[in-house]
Amino acid sequence: MTASTSTAPLKRTPLFDVHVKAGAKMVPFGGWEMPVQYAGIIEEHRAVRGAVGLFDISHMGELEVRGPEALAVVQRLTTNDASVLAEGQVQYTLLCDPEGGVVDDLTLYRLGPEHFMLTVNAANTDKDWAWVTAHGAGAEWRNVGAETGLLAVQGPRAEALVGRLADRNVTGIAYYHCARGRVAGVSALISRTGYTGEDGFELYVAAGDAERLWRALMDAGQPDGIQPIGLGARDTLRLEMRYALYGNDIDQTTNPLEAGLGWVVKPAKGEFIGRAALEALRARGVARKLVGFEMVERAVPRHGYRLLKAGAEVGAVTSGSFAPSLERGIGMGYVRADLAAAGTEVDVEIRGASNRARIVRPPFHPSHTKKA
Amino acid sequence: MAHVPADLKYTKEHEWAKIEGGQARIGITAFAQEQLGDVVFVELPKVGARVTAAKTFGVVESVKAVSDLFAPLSGEIVEVNGELPKKPETVNTDPYGQGWMIVVKLSNPAEADGLMSAEAYQQLIAAASH
Repeated sequence: MTASTSTAPLKRTPLFDVHVKAGAKMVPFGGWEMPVQYAGIIEEHRAVRGAVGLFDISHMGELEVRGPEALAVVQRLTTNDASVLAEGQVQYTLLCDPEGGVVDDLTLYRLGPEHFMLTVNAANTDKDWAWVTAHGAGAEWRNVGAETGLLAVQGPRAEALVGRLADRNVTGIAYYHCARGRVAGVSALISRTGYTGEDGFELYVAAGDAERLWRALMDAGQPDGIQPIGLGARDTLRLEMRYALYGNDIDQTTNPLEAGLGWVVKPAKGEFIGRAALEALRARGVARKLVGFEMVERAVPRHGYRLLKAGAEVGAVTSGSFAPSLERGIGMGYVRADLAAAGTEVDVEIRGASNRARIVRPPFHPSHTKKA
Repeated sequence: MAHVPADLKYTKEHEWAKIEGGQARIGITAFAQEQLGDVVFVELPKVGARVTAAKTFGVVESVKAVSDLFAPLSGEIVEVNGELPKKPETVNTDPYGQGWMIVVKLSNPAEADGLMSAEAYQQLIAAASH
């Protein structure tokens, strides 16, 4: 996780007191004081893979843009093609700088013909707000993060649980789509998205309604085995899917092509910030690639450890952890492009010693998201 | 509040030592394992290696963090818990029992006088919890 070096006071979500009362261990993350774990990372991880987990992700930022030029503005700012989005559809996309460096990764919601919402990383919200307002003139921007609560309900029991509490059919909401409805009486944007590799929803609500919805889901989810899930398990769950984490695996010094995110860079759509740099890079080829690897030996890779081949440095670990579903160490890191093929063996340098690892095709654990 | 057995000695880095004649059995405290969370990896030295009081002798890793282990006392390792690398979660479930780490033949038994009593350690963790 990204360490916070700022001395500014930490922000709290509307559910801060609920977490403390539930016995969560609170830690700084991206400028926020967040629950890292409740019962324990491995138990929480397994609850999401096997039943259902409830996450407070209200720290994430929400930026809305409206107006007749909203689509054109979004197209100029983001790398994916927003014109293909129907109302109620969601897209994974990037903000890049003119050099092709990743300013942030985000989910883009088309809420209306002239209305979009960008859900951005907590630690980047201020930077993104400055970026979109500086480079996205011509439409009306609103930073609605402070007034928005965001809960994620993830796991094989998520659909049944949310379905019981919703005033509308949620089964019909396809993956990467969203719809308005009430959940436990709370007005929500119900989005079939997540960061775990399991089926589930992310529920956007008014900040003042977040606690009521949290309690209703925890109560109604008891028979399903619901557990509150902290950022620790959120990290191991996403890592098993090989989903990139901004600040670890991608940042402004990395580009989407080397990070394996070329699938959300669509130069054919027309001009956008970073397009020329990324086109040139695509023609030239990347020097390094972000790969997933699993440890052959019993060892845990960590962010910053060196990757070696025959004793020579060939890259670095960007994310690493013990993977609860695999019961072994897994990681992501950049390696020299010629070493990026699945099956290639590299060494991870841990406390001065070489530990064998094997590059694998993602994901580490099979995805169970609902296919569109 | 984490359990603190009265018959053990403690360090401020949250190791415990059970003095047994000229030897000491060493592990980490219940408070330490609570703070670490799920332990997934333990790296220990071999029998015959020498450890020095207040110096590192191994590593324990939880899902999120890497922590050094500090020797409470100096001496030669005469026993290592060979089960721990295979079952690191034992550190969580039984930190004072099956979760022990090493047994040291003490080279300077007087060092034990410098360790914390159970009472002093209890106060330390009570302060650390707030």
